[in-house]
Amino acid sequence: MSRDRDPTFDEMHGADGSIRNAYAGYSNWFEEQDPQALRRKHREAENFFRRTGITFNVYGQDEAEERLIPFDPVPRIITAQEWRRLSKGIEQRVRAINAFLHDLYHRQEIVRSGRVPEWLLRDNAAFLPNMCGFTPPGGIYTHITGIDLVRTGPDDFHVLEDNARTPSGVSYMLENRETMMAMFPELFTRVKVAPVSNYPRRLARSLAACAPPAFDGKGKPAIAVLTPGIYNSAYYEHSFLADQMGAELVEAGDLRVIDGRVQMRTTRGYKPLDVIYRRVDDDFLDPLTFNPESMLGVPGIMDVYRSGGITIANAPGTGISDDKALYSFMPEIVEFYTGEKPLLPNVETWRCMEPDALKYVLDNIEELVVKEVHGSGGYGMLIGPTASKREIAKFVQKLKANPQNYIAQPTLSLSTVPILAKKGLSPRHVDLRPFVLMSPNGIDITPGGLTRVALKQGSLGVNSSQGGGTKDSWVLEE
Amino acid sequence: MLGRSANGVFWMFRYLERAENCARLLDTGFRMALTSDSITAEQEWSSVLETAGMTQSYLEKNGTFTGMQVWNYILREKDNPNSIRSLIGQVRTNARAVRNVITAELWLAVNESYLQINELLSRPVTQANLGDAIAAVKREATLVRGAMDGSMLRNDIYNFGRIGSFLERADNTARILDVKYYVLLPSLSYVGSSLDNVQWETILRSLGAERAYRWLNAGNMDARGIADFLILDGRFPRSLAFCYSKIRTNLGNLALQYGEELHAHELMRKADMRLNDADIEAIFEQGLHEFLSDFIADNFEIGRAVETEYRFSE
Repeated sequence: MSRDRDPTFDEMHGADGSIRNAYAGYSNWFEEQDPQALRRKHREAENFFRRTGITFNVYGQDEAEERLIPFDPVPRIITAQEWRRLSKGIEQRVRAINAFLHDLYHRQEIVRSGRVPEWLLRDNAAFLPNMCGFTPPGGIYTHITGIDLVRTGPDDFHVLEDNARTPSGVSYMLENRETMMAMFPELFTRVKVAPVSNYPRRLARSLAACAPPAFDGKGKPAIAVLTPGIYNSAYYEHSFLADQMGAELVEAGDLRVIDGRVQMRTTRGYKPLDVIYRRVDDDFLDPLTFNPESMLGVPGIMDVYRSGGITIANAPGTGISDDKALYSFMPEIVEFYTGEKPLLPNVETWRCMEPDALKYVLDNIEELVVKEVHGSGGYGMLIGPTASKREIAKFVQKLKANPQNYIAQPTLSLSTVPILAKKGLSPRHVDLRPFVLMSPNGIDITPGGLTRVALKQGSLGVNSSQGGGTKDSWVLEE
Repeated sequence: MLGRSANGVFWMFRYLERAENCARLLDTGFRMALTSDSITAEQEWSSVLETAGMTQSYLEKNGTFTGMQVWNYILREKDNPNSIRSLIGQVRTNARAVRNVITAELWLAVNESYLQINELLSRPVTQANLGDAIAAVKREATLVRGAMDGSMLRNDIYNFGRIGSFLERADNTARILDVKYYVLLPSLSYVGSSLDNVQWETILRSLGAERAYRWLNAGNMDARGIADFLILDGRFPRSLAFCYSKIRTNLGNLALQYGEELHAHELMRKADMRLNDADIEAIFEQGLHEFLSDFIADNFEIGRAVETEYRFSE
């Protein structure tokens, strides 16, 4: 990583203070606005989120608490040209992940070829032996993927994480746009932004295209969103998507295997389902297969799945591709399955299980971000530059005790986009999670995605658990 | 629709109805206590608890029936599953669980009211803001019903919600009458006080019926007339007859949509017939208390039949 004096790339303002192309239209509009009125609308927006219950649940010591994810009214803007390039890279990556998963659960050519070491899979809890030799309907594993991108310069986007397990946040992408359009309708007549509101329809279509062999072909496949229930942190999103898709929102308790199909208990008896968009982890799918101790899940659903009675999206066993140790092999994986160089680079990554890498990480820990291999959501990670000496010392102990559990990455100088702060615009670090749908009909990427923003000045913590907020993400139309 | 969703909508409206009824009881108790001496006021509050079915649980925590203690117990006691705060929380939890089958308007009405009432009940309620709290609960009930009426498709989801509302309402009216039935017995109505019997007014007020009743009867109060009105007058929206005509319709709609009648319909028909065949003379002859006990038991059976036959749970 080169470290210039001010390496931070601001997406709105050039180094000389000029307005970058993408923000020209927005900036003109912004200059005409009364700052007081903007702030008032901002408060109204937060109020709207509270009233409509667009919240996520946080688990404290006592009882669940519902919180808002802070919303910032300054959009994050990407030009059509930038998006075209990005979406090619995203598509390539998702295709590669899907092909990798198929290979992983069949011949494991990539291991035979020596590109990915066997140890990576052997002891990985996310690898599901039950999936071996089975091809899901349409050959699709990753029906919905969220690819986390960070930007460090005008043309420098990197993939920070792949989320193929159960990526969340798409409801915020949709609600943020709705809110912006409600707050500033005239802005959208002046700046042409690619719409996102058809995502639920696209999702429903994409899932319907993956109907299992048992679907009788009459009418539309019956689709349901499977949620852990109202106390899950993303419950709002589950109910929102079910509502928007016109699908049922089911819990495991509503489902039962009858006559070789997964059926849901309706007021008129049990009705078979064709596609389940599950928002529960593999472990909670089928107690017979995964977790005999568990009372959760639908006993026998995996047998139905393997015999073609139901489609499960994403496919069980997909979560292994989120593994951060595996992430470090993504460039090889992309090349192996697509025969092309990766269009989107990874962030440089040290695998702490390798002695040389571990030594480097320990020597430079103040400058690195260290993450748990299986962690997610910003938990269990150390951000070297902002951590205290004590935090580092504590973390080093954990790292030394269990090096295979960690990877490290340089502290990237994430790009910034202004937020509306007390004294006007002020730059904050952001990332971007585009949402990708995959079906036998192809790959469908909704323009934009979810921009997460670190609300504290200088902070890199964009996760809601670290005080991050969200922004509406625009892809300009040409 | 899912059995679990039917359960959610059904109970959402039952709890809402229960919360509203509780608020009415409180309102009445408060008015009565205000105009009484302290001993009568204590009796009044004790009677409110009795009507709400909370005396026993209240006495586990409290020794006396002071107004502020009683209304806070009914309004906001966390350990009281039937406190208004608990009920409003249940309404919202159920609404959240069925968010994808109810309209955004309906959800918004529930959530906004919940936030407002929760805020009002976050601190002990004093005499000065008791009225606000009661009004907020009644307003929620009105808002939610209005949002349902104005935005929901008339399908099974709607009908399960309505059945929940009216089963709960009928139960509530019957229970209030049953707790106070002795007040209405002809032999006990004391001579000369018929125009301003405070207890009669309590009953009418608890059911929001005082104005309707006066209007219909040109100000003439008598025990038999009041019982007749609250049980058999199909024009009054909290009478047993009104509630049953609604439940009959809503169950009928379900039978139409689903193409079959179930045991619940049979039970409903029988209960409805008993109500239709009754006149107030016969009811008093049979014994008002016996009549009401039977009614409450039938009502419970209808509710249970709906829950099992439409597969609310496994």
